[in-house]
Amino acid sequence: MASPSQLLLQRFSRHRMAFASATLLVILVVLTAMAPLFERVLAVSSSEVDLFNRFAAPNIRNLLGTDELGRDLLLRLLYGGQISLFVGITAALIASTMGTAIGLLAGYVGGRLDGFLMRLTDGVIALPLLPLLIVLAALDLSKLGLPDTLVNSENVSFYRIILIVSLAGWTTTARLVRASTLSLREQDFVLAARAQGCSDLRIMMRHILPNLTSPVIVATSLSVGNIILLESVLSFLGLGIQPPTPSWGNLLTNAQELIWESPELAFYPGILIFLTVIAFNFVGDGLQDALNPRTGKHVSSTT
Amino acid sequence: MIRLCLSRLFQSALVLIVMSFVIYLLMGLMPGDPIDLMVSSDPDMTSQDAQRLRALYGLDLPVTERYLNWLSSALSGDFGFSRLHAKPVFTVIGPAFANTAILVGLSLILSLALGLSMGIWAAANPYSLKDYVINMLAFAGISVPAFWLALILIMVFSVGFGVLPAGGMSLPDETGMWNTAKYLVLPVCSLTIASIGGHTRYMRAAMLETMGQDYIRTARAKGLKESQVMLGHALRNALIPVVSIIALDFGALFSGALITETIFAYPGMGKLIFDAIMGNDYNLALITLLLATLFTLGGNVMADVVYGMLDPRIRISAGASD
Repeated sequence: MASPSQLLLQRFSRHRMAFASATLLVILVVLTAMAPLFERVLAVSSSEVDLFNRFAAPNIRNLLGTDELGRDLLLRLLYGGQISLFVGITAALIASTMGTAIGLLAGYVGGRLDGFLMRLTDGVIALPLLPLLIVLAALDLSKLGLPDTLVNSENVSFYRIILIVSLAGWTTTARLVRASTLSLREQDFVLAARAQGCSDLRIMMRHILPNLTSPVIVATSLSVGNIILLESVLSFLGLGIQPPTPSWGNLLTNAQELIWESPELAFYPGILIFLTVIAFNFVGDGLQDALNPRTGKHVSSTT
Repeated sequence: MIRLCLSRLFQSALVLIVMSFVIYLLMGLMPGDPIDLMVSSDPDMTSQDAQRLRALYGLDLPVTERYLNWLSSALSGDFGFSRLHAKPVFTVIGPAFANTAILVGLSLILSLALGLSMGIWAAANPYSLKDYVINMLAFAGISVPAFWLALILIMVFSVGFGVLPAGGMSLPDETGMWNTAKYLVLPVCSLTIASIGGHTRYMRAAMLETMGQDYIRTARAKGLKESQVMLGHALRNALIPVVSIIALDFGALFSGALITETIFAYPGMGKLIFDAIMGNDYNLALITLLLATLFTLGGNVMADVVYGMLDPRIRISAGASD
């Protein structure tokens, strides 16, 4: 007999694309984490401007060549990857925490609160996402009464983009979690917990939340891809991560103007976004199959 | 059914009113200030003048009062002037909307034609090589960053082969079908590729689910040809959720092509919204954002209503829960 987690791993690795994608993601994370090491070994810089070495062809030191300011492209891609992956994963986690809290509360408490929270979710889903995110990204933070030290600090564009893109991702999780909570709260073990005198908070946190793990994991892994796409779009438009800090999105901003001189500058960041997003989507798909063996393709394949 | 429609409409109207206030508030938090813009364009203006202008335009009032003023003039049909275009807001929106309708309409038709048939084809051969390849393509389609795809298309067809323009729209002296059409090819292609994956996956999933139903087994047991079972029995029901997805797409028509239009410098609604936000054109940004919200909400209501009309099961359960 295999343990549940072994079974899970078995089912996941049977989904070949998901397994290959998970491997690719691990490699990407390790490579981007090793950026400082590459910087030292290759003796090139991701930030130092070298105007005598602009648009260098790939060579032994600049493995992918240099950009319009003579900075090493490979290193900028790796450092950009650190930012893009971190923003994507963090925002997805924040979004699914928000979604889980809202869905759990709505599903467990029910009644008016449920009605209100779900109408709110419906309302947010029915909004034109991208234009509104652009407005939020363009806001003048000092008009919000935030202290100047915070507004002018270098990291503000970083925190702001994480917050903004996580606002986009919580609705799916909230709906999924609510649906699962509705059926879980009618189960006997919840009744047993209530009979023992557990408080509502304890029932939600200790008895229902652990059973929500699989829908939340699936929703989160499926939303990371979307969130990375949103971050790259906003950064591309100049509203996300601000240069000189690189992100895969903002590396493409200049590339559009330089497309005649140096098309490869536009190629690499995009292909990395593409690979990362497709990998997260495959992993999400694989997790969905592995965690809910009764839904999805297995039902239809047996009929 | 009528109750469902009415409650949906009422709910959407509520969201729209709330959003009009939220968007109004957000506009006030945008960088810059209309009076500062006037001051910077006129060196003779003193700070007293600026103060008087502020009072004249009512900008020294509290935000709720300003919102109500705006709302009452908007409801009487006065939406103000666009700063960037120096025209009344609505005369700017008309042509942009027509352009977007052409662009998004064409790509929606293409994407549906290709995506739905690929989805049906994949579902007809589940877990075969065909299905596998179509699935891979669909995953690629939903994962590709639309703006990068646009850049790659420009790179190949404008920079590489030099056969298609990288952006813009036909000039008045360029006449003929091809001259109008050639500016549309790349934007339509990139929008189509970006949405085709979603359509394929929806269609495939809906088909597979329907194919598992009992009445399909009955149809097969009657000895119908597989094509009759697929197209006559399964497709009709599988299309129900897909039709509601199309209604949602329709709602996104107004702002959905923002990135593509911006990259190809195509003068449609998306670019209009983006330029208005970035160029401190408050009046224009406010109205276009509200219209975008109105359209998206409309698409959602349409999706729900269409679903209810096509699927009696939904109608009954919605009636029962009321």
